[in-house]
Amino acid sequence: MTSLLSFILALTTAPLIPGIINRIKAVSAGRQGPPLLQNYYDLAKLMKKGVVYSHTTTWLFKASPVIQCAAACAALLIVPFGGGAALLHFKGDLLLFAYLLAMGRFFLVLGALDTGSSFEGMGASREVLISALTEPAFLLGFTALASFTGRFSLTGICHSVSFLSLFESAGTATLLIVVAMMLVFLTENARIPVDDPNTHLELTMVHEVMVLDHSGPDLALIEYTAALKLWIYGALLIGIVNPAGRHTLAMGLLIGLAGMAVIAILTGFIESIMARLPWVRVPQLIASALVLSILASIIVGW
Amino acid sequence: MTLFLWGITIIFISGFLVFLPGRGKAAAMISQTALIAGSLLTAVALYPVLIQDQVLHISLQWMTPEIRFALHLDALSALFILPVLLVGVLGRIYGSRYLPAEWHAMRQKNHWFFYHLLTAAMVLVLTAWNAVLFLIAWEVMTVASFFLVLYHGEAPSVRRAGWIYLAATQVGTALLIMMFILLSGPSGAMDFDQLVMPAGIHGTLVFLFMLVGFGAKAGLIPFHIWLPEAHPAAPSHVSALMSGVMIKTGIFGIIRIITLLQTPPAWWGWVLVGIGALSGVQGLLYAMAQHDLKRLLAYCSVENIGIITLGLGIGTLGLNQASTLMAILGFGGAVWHMLNHALFKSLLFFGAGSIQHATGSLQMDQLGGLLKRMPRTGITFLIGAAAISALPPFNGFISELLIYRGAFESILHFVNRSLPHQMGGLLIMGALALMGGLALAVFTKAFGIIFLGEPRSEGASKARENAPQMWGPMAALALGCMALGFASPWLIKAALPVFKTLLPTFQQDILLAELLELQEMLFYILWGSLAFIGFLILAGALRWLLLRGKTVQQAPTWGCAYSAPKPKMQYSASSFTQPLVRLFKTLLRTRSHVHSPLSYFPTKADLHTHTPDLFLESVYAPLMQWIQRLTDRMRWVQEGRIQLYILYIALTLLFLFIWKL
Repeated sequence: MTSLLSFILALTTAPLIPGIINRIKAVSAGRQGPPLLQNYYDLAKLMKKGVVYSHTTTWLFKASPVIQCAAACAALLIVPFGGGAALLHFKGDLLLFAYLLAMGRFFLVLGALDTGSSFEGMGASREVLISALTEPAFLLGFTALASFTGRFSLTGICHSVSFLSLFESAGTATLLIVVAMMLVFLTENARIPVDDPNTHLELTMVHEVMVLDHSGPDLALIEYTAALKLWIYGALLIGIVNPAGRHTLAMGLLIGLAGMAVIAILTGFIESIMARLPWVRVPQLIASALVLSILASIIVGW
Repeated sequence: MTLFLWGITIIFISGFLVFLPGRGKAAAMISQTALIAGSLLTAVALYPVLIQDQVLHISLQWMTPEIRFALHLDALSALFILPVLLVGVLGRIYGSRYLPAEWHAMRQKNHWFFYHLLTAAMVLVLTAWNAVLFLIAWEVMTVASFFLVLYHGEAPSVRRAGWIYLAATQVGTALLIMMFILLSGPSGAMDFDQLVMPAGIHGTLVFLFMLVGFGAKAGLIPFHIWLPEAHPAAPSHVSALMSGVMIKTGIFGIIRIITLLQTPPAWWGWVLVGIGALSGVQGLLYAMAQHDLKRLLAYCSVENIGIITLGLGIGTLGLNQASTLMAILGFGGAVWHMLNHALFKSLLFFGAGSIQHATGSLQMDQLGGLLKRMPRTGITFLIGAAAISALPPFNGFISELLIYRGAFESILHFVNRSLPHQMGGLLIMGALALMGGLALAVFTKAFGIIFLGEPRSEGASKARENAPQMWGPMAALALGCMALGFASPWLIKAALPVFKTLLPTFQQDILLAELLELQEMLFYILWGSLAFIGFLILAGALRWLLLRGKTVQQAPTWGCAYSAPKPKMQYSASSFTQPLVRLFKTLLRTRSHVHSPLSYFPTKADLHTHTPDLFLESVYAPLMQWIQRLTDRMRWVQEGRIQLYILYIALTLLFLFIWKL
């Protein structure tokens, strides 16, 4: 029941997170900023529009947003939220999670290549580099957690670690993994310092440039998927930190939502005070997440 | 057993049928039908072995009491034979349209003769139960495939490729002969069940000879050099059969030798893990840097053999630690990946052949936009690419999942006991995850550059879909990729006979209990996959509803308002992977030749990059030169007169007699 509720909560409130981030960025820059619900208005507007397709594209271009969205929704099933278990949880579910998201990325990249545009080709090329490095960072981080909790599922891990364990023997390791996962969060969601969601120059973009040619409902699906991914990685971060352990239904969801807001605010501040890294230094940043994960495993195994 | 013997005999004889008199087309058809019939018979004979857990065995008097004609068909060999038959038949059908219709040409008749011979030899290798018979079948397999690679032998590059293949695999065979001599023990028995693993240094030697001997066939780094040479040179159906099936006989050999020992030493497992991880990562990095599709696929085979070897390593550790779960996950993942790779790699090699057939090129930077022009080839290739990138719900994900899980169980097994072992498990995890990410890059590149965008050459823009004989086998393999993914929970339980053969010392009820636990995991995976498909339908329906009655316009791709875009301006195969290639430059050593415009006005400029095989260039080539210099000094032994050679033989015999006295 909790699981279903948090799943529906995720589907409905995910587009709010970019709204919070943007508001924080606006406030820190001294602007008023768009309304918190701007993302919902955008989605509604896009869904009402028609579409324009390039002469070059094939059916794959049209299928790509649908597949991305479906993959993100299926991955969401595996993510626990608010202290409860996920709808789908079993030994090894974190691999299904990782590879479902890889499925989405596979088609995101192919959709970009389908346009034959060199801008989108460049975005795709950068995306595969980022994902080739993020996947080991993510999986090794969770393997470290799994090896000291003895659980090999996202739900199991999130139930076994909590904020209090930060002060115990495995605390240092958990802390390292939290930092690594924060980097993964920023990378996977194409945020500063890896990618700038607000840039208007094609040459500097990664995620945004890959979706340049999408329009109408297709673009809505992509924007929605991006919001879902923010939620998914945010929920995992909250799950690892798990500030208050297990709770009643309402309390758990409330704490979860508060955590999500904190992550959004944090992201907003990071984006306000940092600049995007030069492209050549992005692999180093992701590699540092990888190193933190490995370090955590060594500490755990000691 | 009779049925099986009939089947394999028909496959063998069918090769001779191409030489029937006449115009040739009828003969080719008859031999093709005979091959299919023989394969079907053999497959039927496999049924009781795989399902009812029977073991078929035959042992006939042959050369000497030790050297018997012994065949042994258990669940493991049956599982390895299945893809041989499937890919063999599909490749035969595919090849009948892929090769030019010169039925009468002697070259083609020979080609098909060796193709049928190769199929029969592989089945024999997988069932031989006597070392000498095994080696003979092994050599027939090698020689037959060598002639198949040489189909376009008039080209010097093809002859060079064939030569490298023959040299690599012959060195391997030499080591295998030594390995079997060490294994045969004091009694000289050569039947597999009488082989004895020697203790001490000889046991180590057996392991090393096995690793190099079988590893050279399988294509493990650093013995992989023949794959990227031979596969691009061979016709595509031959590449499919060799890469999809034949290299797995090396894996089969490794499994057979390892399971001779009930508790192999742990370091065997770690060596396998290390070599597997190296092959996996380095293979994919090389694949990424290639411009030729078939070279890319060949390096990708190296990667997949690496994944399989990782699984074997975990399984060996499981045997060593007497951990049923680790052994099942390791060996099970490896064998499953063997099956999966046979399906999707043959599919991709068929795809490469179809592309070459339709466009005349395999250079990715000459292709593009083929999905519109060859829709059936395109979608089957896409399924193969997704499956080999281990994306759910396809089969590749299931086998990699088992190996991942095996790595995790090994970490759990060693946690708080031994840090180095635990780090080993972590290494497997990290290597698999890195391979997952890199495979995504390699196969989005292969599919994206070839099938999407605008055609980059005249040949690509005029491409048309090939005959059904060519895309039909691809469609069958694509269906297989999906079926092995969706049926995984039932298949793992049905594989109990295979696990019993692999792990005879483990208690059966524990085996079954662990299999049931894994079945549960796979059922959850199935639910996840079905949920994904459900969301796919929902999102698709939503999109359809939203678009109903809306305007759908066509326009050029957004190009920053540049009005004269050309196909050449698209991202190419090299530019797509340039960031990754640069990141891994220490491992790849890609060479580039740049002519950049120096003056203020645009002039002609060009850039060439190529990534030679480091092992071939800096290890094998110098080694071979050194050997050649050495052998040049031995030339005087080769007089050329036959009397002298007979004298050599007589002297050797004499020496041996004196030595034994």
